[in-house]
Amino acid sequence: MTAADVFLQQVVNGLTIGMIYALIALGYTMVYGIVQLINFAHGEIFMVGAYIGLFICLIFQRAGTGSGNLVFFLPTMMLFVMAGTALLGWIVEKSTYKPLRHAPRLAPLITAIGVSFVLQNAVMLLFGPADKSFPSVIPIHKFDLANVTITNLQVLIAVISISLMAALHFFIQYTTTGKAMRALADDIKAASLMGINVDRVIAMAFCVGSALAGAGGVLFGLYYSTINFHDGYLAGLKAFTAAVLGGIGNIPGAMIGGVLIGVLEGLGAGYLSSEWKNVFAFFILILILLFRPSGLLGARVVKKV
Amino acid sequence: MKPISISSRAWVWFVLGLLFIFPLVNGNNYHRDVMVTAGIFMILALGLNVIVGYAGILNLGYAAFYAVGAYTYALVNIHFHMPFWAGIWVSGAAGALFGMLLAWPALRLGGDYLAIVTLGAGEIVRIALNNVDEVTGGPNGLLGIQHPTLWFPKMNFGVKPLPYYYLVFAIVGILVFMLRRLESSRLGRSWVALREDELAASCMGINPMWAKLSSFGIGGFIAGIAGCIFASKQGTVSPDSFDFILSVMVLAMVVLGGLGNIEGVLIGAFMLSILPELLRGFEIYRMLLFGVAMILIMLFRPQGLLGESRHVEEFRRKKEKAPA
Repeated sequence: MTAADVFLQQVVNGLTIGMIYALIALGYTMVYGIVQLINFAHGEIFMVGAYIGLFICLIFQRAGTGSGNLVFFLPTMMLFVMAGTALLGWIVEKSTYKPLRHAPRLAPLITAIGVSFVLQNAVMLLFGPADKSFPSVIPIHKFDLANVTITNLQVLIAVISISLMAALHFFIQYTTTGKAMRALADDIKAASLMGINVDRVIAMAFCVGSALAGAGGVLFGLYYSTINFHDGYLAGLKAFTAAVLGGIGNIPGAMIGGVLIGVLEGLGAGYLSSEWKNVFAFFILILILLFRPSGLLGARVVKKV
Repeated sequence: MKPISISSRAWVWFVLGLLFIFPLVNGNNYHRDVMVTAGIFMILALGLNVIVGYAGILNLGYAAFYAVGAYTYALVNIHFHMPFWAGIWVSGAAGALFGMLLAWPALRLGGDYLAIVTLGAGEIVRIALNNVDEVTGGPNGLLGIQHPTLWFPKMNFGVKPLPYYYLVFAIVGILVFMLRRLESSRLGRSWVALREDELAASCMGINPMWAKLSSFGIGGFIAGIAGCIFASKQGTVSPDSFDFILSVMVLAMVVLGGLGNIEGVLIGAFMLSILPELLRGFEIYRMLLFGVAMILIMLFRPQGLLGESRHVEEFRRKKEKAPA
């Protein structure tokens, strides 16, 4: 392999994991855009999504249907996982964030940390503290494109992620709820005066964000084939970084930020060492924030005096 | 100056007395050890309170400040045999320097972006400690740090918790005394003014950059001291002790106790460091219950157990003014 091939290979690997980061980052950015809350429990919801996926796989295996019919199995699993994490996101919002909507700004941050402790330990108690192997429901095929290896799984991850993001884009741009979300992000008071049910729309943003994170969790499980109850923490941190990188509150920004963090990490792992790859992502983040504080696509807010 | 009523002064003496008597009555080394840990967390929470509570800047990487202090003492002690009483100043200075170096470029950013930079810096420090093996010993950390010694009476602190207990709470006491003074000093008042309204404060002649920078410096100094005590007590330091969870825990202590309120912060630190020990009986459910407790406390007291008195006053005045 030539140097260019190595480079391209790392880019391809980075793109794959970047897609997953982007899916998680969307939830951070949607919630932050509307209520200015760093939802620390979001990474945990992603992790729970992976475990729900595992659970469904195990049920199917027990029932004997196995993963024979992928065309049926994969969408069913995705649907269940996304519904499950959406429900979880809704419960978390209603029970721990909504009562604190008018509280001091740091109070919901602390409940978010509490929620992430609860979710992590609940999963640990249910599934045990050890790494769980995620069933490889998809037989891996490798394709060689000009010395760069791409697996069918990577293609699948890209297809699913991109279609989910396209669906989200459509949802935000054209549906009534989506428009309401944008209105809330602009000016929550004015939006509520226009008759938008603020509580309902905020809950909806949590549901949609959590569903996307859940989907990301399944893809993560499929890609790495082992999951652990600690996984939500680092993935969440990086996805959050991605959201900030793209300009927090900005949906296309979160997608680009996620992919970018993934690629940077892939390159960092390939050229530096895998131990330093996390430093690489954070270092770039700090540099970008210092030189372009509102992120890549974030609106440049002019402070009015 | 904040007027101190006789009753509150009596309280202070009562608590000090209790703290003094506790290890004499209770000979259990495990209990003493838990109290030492609680004391170190109190120091950390007091330091973070300067940044988050007074200056109102969210800091998500406080563990890095702590780590800088701990590793500084470890390095100067191992390589130069610097005694604890000198090392604690060097650690504090290193923590302050680190805080100010981090804040200097980052303070141009506002609010949550600044928080993310501190978070990123915290992770970078931890990963760097893990990977610069030649200096920091990598994941194994540094071993063979000397315990503090006293010349009179001549003694070595050793591994038993008792001497550390008195050391830690003496430092907590000194810090409380100094932070009280600082609170009502020109600098302390300028922090609060900036927190409430940066524009108005800078119009009144406060230099926002300098005030914020000094809050990071002082917060860093206190974390450095805490790190030095921790390192000298453990005899070893390793990167695992300074993860993101630690930053988050100290932040939770400050917010839970009441931002900007010294007593509140001390109580918050005490509760959150004792609670996991109290829940030890529940074994595997421990952290689950801990999370639930954090959520419940916040839901019932969103302003923290003891909010800052200034906030409380304002709140009361507003209520009285409101038409019935």
